[in-house]
Amino acid sequence: MSAEIIAPIPGIFYRRPAPDKSPFAEVGDEVEAGQTIGVIEIMKQFTEVRSDVAGVIASFDIEDNGMVGPGDIVARIS
Amino acid sequence: MKKLLVANRGEIAVRVIRAAREMGIATVAVVSEADRNSNFGRLADESVEIGPAAASLSYLNQDAVMAAAAQTGADAVHPGYGFLSENAEFAQKVIDANLIWVGPMPETIILMGDKSRARQAAIEAGVPVLAGTNGWLDTAEDIEAIADDIGYPLVVKAAAGGGGRGIRRINKREHVRRTVEVAQSEALAAFNSSEVYFERFVTRARHVEVQVLGDGETWVHLGDRDCSMQRRQQKIIEEAPAPGIPDELRQRMRETAVELARQSKYSGAGTVEFLYDPDRQEIAFIEMNTRLQVEHPISEVITGIDLVREQLRIAAGEKLGYSQRDVHFEGHAFEFRINAEDPSNNFMPSPGLIETLDLSGGPGVRSDFGFSVGQTVMPFYDSMLGKLIVWDSNRERALSRAGRALNEVQITGIKTTVPLMRELVALKEFAEAQHHTTLLESISEKLGMTL
Repeated sequence: MSAEIIAPIPGIFYRRPAPDKSPFAEVGDEVEAGQTIGVIEIMKQFTEVRSDVAGVIASFDIEDNGMVGPGDIVARIS
Repeated sequence: MKKLLVANRGEIAVRVIRAAREMGIATVAVVSEADRNSNFGRLADESVEIGPAAASLSYLNQDAVMAAAAQTGADAVHPGYGFLSENAEFAQKVIDANLIWVGPMPETIILMGDKSRARQAAIEAGVPVLAGTNGWLDTAEDIEAIADDIGYPLVVKAAAGGGGRGIRRINKREHVRRTVEVAQSEALAAFNSSEVYFERFVTRARHVEVQVLGDGETWVHLGDRDCSMQRRQQKIIEEAPAPGIPDELRQRMRETAVELARQSKYSGAGTVEFLYDPDRQEIAFIEMNTRLQVEHPISEVITGIDLVREQLRIAAGEKLGYSQRDVHFEGHAFEFRINAEDPSNNFMPSPGLIETLDLSGGPGVRSDFGFSVGQTVMPFYDSMLGKLIVWDSNRERALSRAGRALNEVQITGIKTTVPLMRELVALKEFAEAQHHTTLLESISEKLGMTL
């Protein structure tokens, strides 16, 4: 079983809540359904990126501070 | 002042460059990688790339901005609004480098940036304030009793907050302590200071403000503005003068704003914000902004005074050269903020290529925009494309003219807030000046929008 986390909006993907904070989650971390794994910023508006399913983070497909387009895969859950 | 570095981008950078050009002052634009092909970069005499798209690495990078000033031999820095405009540390760096800082002294920025100290300064200048705490709350004290004295509902505000951020409402006694504690930790995370204070909550508040100007010896006001048409505490339409305020109250607001500027030895252009409670017919100080504001043009068109030119003259050491009785007010003006957002889709930001950009013209219409057709609105910055400013001899005529001007505006390729603006100018509540800061949220169903 695996699942993909899709970008809800286009913008800049951040893995941390703030530049000086630790990332929301790392590869190998267990996440619950609904847990935030990052945020996307577009024009100073922030939208949380959540996992729909419980599982383990297998990979991040977008790097921290990377650009995402609508529908891009941000991360994969196994 | 011979060469001015503009430490900002978009429409406000264009606005500052225009004023400097008219005064014969050379200009330097600082641009991020994403703004290489921007209008402000093109309009300036020189342009220096200061870093990548992310504002934290470019427009907010103080050392990069200072290096650009040194490299180009600029002798002055105008910070615009936002970014570094109210950053006392940056202002001090500019002064320490023997450059002219276009703004008030760093200590004035620090004073007004601390909402609790600013409130104290306002009280000393005779500015009316809302019932609340003078100073910061200490949870070791009986804060419930303090709250009881002010009465419910009340708000707890972050001392270092501002711009509608760092505010929480408390409706009853049992919520006081928990809300204060949450507000303190939120304030610490957001503003790096856990200091908070109480203020009475006004249900149907209007936001009014006074534009002040001073050279350190003479201070004047350029009248008031109303900024009550807001969405989620962000201004979307402003007008000058503020409609429907009793004469005596208006006079008191203007005079005490000037007094606050005088007592803080304010230099340059600043804005004293007030909350107006129409039910009680009371005004109360909110905060003072130590910079040029987005909505400055509406004060310019009703007074005929170019605020950016005055900022530059004062910063260069010139005297104001006129007094209050020389400032004349004529007519009524509106400003409409045009944002790259989709009002029919929860105001989702809408970056992309501008395919058409027909801004309105004709009598009493001014467009302050930072973009041209064929340019791309980037996802990295604030969504404001620019402002449409409309004026006429009285409010009613200005409103009709606004309707006409907004109808002419055509922007395609991206979604904008123009359709929303057209609906708002047709609103009965707006025509009758019955609007307040939470009107939009209360009529969102009528407008068929999620606001």
